Amino acid sequence: MAEKKTLRQEFTKGIIKENPVLRLVLGTCPTLATTTSMESAIGMGISAAIVLICSNIVISALRKVIPQKVRIPCYIVVIAAFVTIVQMLVKAFVPTLDEQLGVYLPLIVVNCIILGRAEAFAGKNSIIASAVDGVGMGIGFTVALIVMSAIREFFGAGSLLGHSLLPESIPPMTIFILAPGGFFVFGLVMACANKLAEMGGGKKAKLGGCEACPMADSCTRLQNGEACETPAVEETATDVVNEVKEAAE
Amino acid sequence: MEDRLLTVSASPHRRTKDTTTGIMLDVIIALMPALVLSVVLFGFRSLLMVAVSVCACVLFEYLSRKVMKRDNTIGDLSAIVTGILLAFNLPSTMPLWMVVIGDAVAIIVVKQFFGGIGQNFVNPALVGRIVLMMSFPTYTNSFPEPFAWRIKELDAVTSATPLAQFAGKYNAEGALEVINGSELPEIIRMLYGARGGCLGETCALALLVGFLYLVIRRVISPTIPLCYVGTVAIIMFFTGGMNLMFTAYQVMAGGLLLGAIFMATDYTTSPISFKGKIVFAVGCGIITSLIRIFGNLPEGVSFSIILMNILVPHIEMLCAPKPFGFLREKKKKEEAA
Repeated sequence: MAEKKTLRQEFTKGIIKENPVLRLVLGTCPTLATTTSMESAIGMGISAAIVLICSNIVISALRKVIPQKVRIPCYIVVIAAFVTIVQMLVKAFVPTLDEQLGVYLPLIVVNCIILGRAEAFAGKNSIIASAVDGVGMGIGFTVALIVMSAIREFFGAGSLLGHSLLPESIPPMTIFILAPGGFFVFGLVMACANKLAEMGGGKKAKLGGCEACPMADSCTRLQNGEACETPAVEETATDVVNEVKEAAE
Repeated sequence: MEDRLLTVSASPHRRTKDTTTGIMLDVIIALMPALVLSVVLFGFRSLLMVAVSVCACVLFEYLSRKVMKRDNTIGDLSAIVTGILLAFNLPSTMPLWMVVIGDAVAIIVVKQFFGGIGQNFVNPALVGRIVLMMSFPTYTNSFPEPFAWRIKELDAVTSATPLAQFAGKYNAEGALEVINGSELPEIIRMLYGARGGCLGETCALALLVGFLYLVIRRVISPTIPLCYVGTVAIIMFFTGGMNLMFTAYQVMAGGLLLGAIFMATDYTTSPISFKGKIVFAVGCGIITSLIRIFGNLPEGVSFSIILMNILVPHIEMLCAPKPFGFLREKKKKEEAA
């Protein structure tokens, strides 16, 4: 991180510029699975946000105690503890939401966003900055889920938050609440987020390569100038061309 | 003129007269017999559907190119072909606004989002049809009885397609039972298309006329259609206990001929090399047969073509012809080492 960001920047970056789902492309599995209705999307977003904020604070507080070599298991233990708490609370007070989310509620433990923020941010920054980062990212995740679920529920089931909006003569397009529709909507919303981020002065989305990654700023590998593990497509293509040329000669 | 003959210029020196517009026009002409037959069988409603679909496709193509600030491509007629093919893949009772949604998916999402003609990774018309099929299954799966439009209200009579009657009976006894039953249309009716089905897929003869036209005009090579239909025929021949009648029904039923002739041969989404074409077509045939025999759906032509479309880059890579002398050079290197 070249320059120190202000707390406000840490907060706002999670909403559009570094939106965890739409820009960092993390946590796609719960995104696609729980956006079939707005109710479950809001439930998922809020539970994940609570876990994210709490685990960010605790991990940041423990960052000097946790040994570098076993940090991932330590993070997982912290996250799992908070997920268990949230799961018990949801089961006790909103059992219908627990039924709707099913396995995706306990699966927050392995949600890439939470582990990703712990690894990329909370493990290196102060408690307050981490908490603010958690709130921003949590809101970004929830907003992305709400936008996607609103589109999918409206077109796929003709309703919003369970209230029917379309007249019965118009059958809803079921594909929107099926998996393929989820991918279509995901792609379109992602494109809009890229455009918005670009207009807000963010980096233009690139295809392929390490520099294209929205997390490039905080990537230690890239800063150290280490080569990426996966070879670029063009390289293999030129290899083939060279081979053919050699053969021709 | 003499001056031009003496001018030395860079290659290419001889140019072909083939243009995208010309090829698309040939495809449209080849689709005409099936369109005429669909009007005869299912009434003017099918003509209306094709017209609406074509207009919507051209409009969406024009608008999306305009919005994306790219040059206009409606002149190459490819949007018209997509429009006709999508309408051909739907039953004639489909509400028109649903057809327009299918067109929007085909042209905007599948074709223009990926860069327009020549850039789409799957066949646009087929994705349009699949989206409609998954969204409005009750509308895409009710087929009007042929000629019913002359006597009654169009949507009054629906009939089961031959493939729906064969569903779950893919063995020697089952095949015999269905063929000997009274429900199935006679084989001659299958030939001229008097059976339940989507509006453009029923008439085998009209589609074959289109196929011959395209092959004679050298717009398509017969490799893909022949291998595709041949694979399905061979698999069905053995599944149905070597029953020739069953094989004939399986080849003419469903969208197999329409798909094999007009959609699997799409330039953008099929392999270029001869070997690649065979692999692609046989793969389509195997998946189609598997869906028909084991799947929940009675028909699997659209899904099989789309699945193989996605594999085309890999097929192409594995079936690339070796450059002249490539192998020998490698051997020499080994000898030297």
